[in-house]
Amino acid sequence: MSTGPKTGGFVPRDRGWQPDALTPPYKTSVKRSPQAALLSFPTTLSEETSPVFGHGMLGELDNDLILNYAQPGQSAIGPRIIVHGRVLDEMGRPVPGALLEFWQANAGGRYRHKKEKYLAPLDPNFGGCGRAITGEDGSYEFRTVMPGPYPWPNGMNDWRPAHIHFSVFGHGFAQRLITQMYFEGDPLIPLCPIVGVLKSQEAIDQLTAPMDMNRTVPMDARAYKFDIVLRGRRQTYFENRVEGL
Amino acid sequence: MVQILDYLRESPSQTAGPYVHIGCTPNFTGIEVYGGDLGTAMKTGPVQGQEIVIKGTVFDGTGTPLRDAMIEIWQPDAAGLFASANETRGTPDPNFTGWGRSPGDMETGEFTFETVKPGAVPMPDGRMQAPHITAWIVARGINIGLHTRIYFEDEAEANAKDPLLSGIEHQNRVPTLLARKEGEGQYRFDIHLQGPNETIFLDI
Repeated sequence: MSTGPKTGGFVPRDRGWQPDALTPPYKTSVKRSPQAALLSFPTTLSEETSPVFGHGMLGELDNDLILNYAQPGQSAIGPRIIVHGRVLDEMGRPVPGALLEFWQANAGGRYRHKKEKYLAPLDPNFGGCGRAITGEDGSYEFRTVMPGPYPWPNGMNDWRPAHIHFSVFGHGFAQRLITQMYFEGDPLIPLCPIVGVLKSQEAIDQLTAPMDMNRTVPMDARAYKFDIVLRGRRQTYFENRVEGL
Repeated sequence: MVQILDYLRESPSQTAGPYVHIGCTPNFTGIEVYGGDLGTAMKTGPVQGQEIVIKGTVFDGTGTPLRDAMIEIWQPDAAGLFASANETRGTPDPNFTGWGRSPGDMETGEFTFETVKPGAVPMPDGRMQAPHITAWIVARGINIGLHTRIYFEDEAEANAKDPLLSGIEHQNRVPTLLARKEGEGQYRFDIHLQGPNETIFLDI
């Protein structure tokens, strides 16, 4: 008899597709990557369940980075954009109720963080974080300013492409994912050692958001579309049955 | 030729980077846009079971503490039930979220979780697992979040029968998954990303 939820375990993560832990051109990975093999273990309730985040926890401006840190009557400086898309699983099913958290630098490439020392100035009206919960169809959207590229101490002249970080919760803790979104046409993408941990052009393309003129608001904000795919669940028909019964 | 399998591919992971706190624990880095940081309070009222504190530090391959990691934990309540939409076995403790998130101390990197000792949870086939907490570590330099489990050294009997622990080939590495008891309700779980005491990480 099954003691688990009515859905099956998660499809194993494709480690041949996901980045490796050790990627020396991204220098920090050298001493922060495990050397032993990962221990494989099928998912159990511990990974097939996940915390629930209700729409009720969201503030009105949580998905508006142009305004959520701005003084009254002010707004963040930079190219105004809408980022929207859907959260799906590997079977193409929408993932409703998924919490997304985003963070980014301002239009000049400066992060609002105590440990950040880049000389580009902070924008007094830009904090750089937002969050949203997907609707029944798995869709989400937020409004922000396009982040600028910024230099980082890796190689002698390394610059991150413009990017927005995403943290995503699905319906099982095994789906937990953090990734980055890049922007169509950015010439820094192929030069970046962090993008370089991705194993194929197809993987890079999956993290590169196209400009979306259909969703652009005339005279206001351009739009980019970014879909996110989380691990899928197996069907359970033949699971947990004693052989022969 | 055959039909094309039309499954989608999981979005590739990327490092959380050094500024993960801006998005996940903004108050911690001085950005006060939400009421508070998610995951800081796992107990929302009087809870059932034994209240415990787990402290630990994440170390890199040189033995240096990470001061820019983010650790999340996910666990059942004292009765072994999850505060999850897909918990079908009963009603979990209404005052316990089961989910915690810690950026660690900005100077020392030490993380702290004030939680309850989890109850045992069955495998899909009905075998019981020893009490454990699922942990997930992200940081600058970590390309894909690392999953591990926190078991308890004072649950020796249950640990001996646990399907995951008992199946590990290198039994000398099992202690890397055991939280050390430092006092009544006080545990330490250090995480070593690399090297001789490397924590066992899971492909789960």
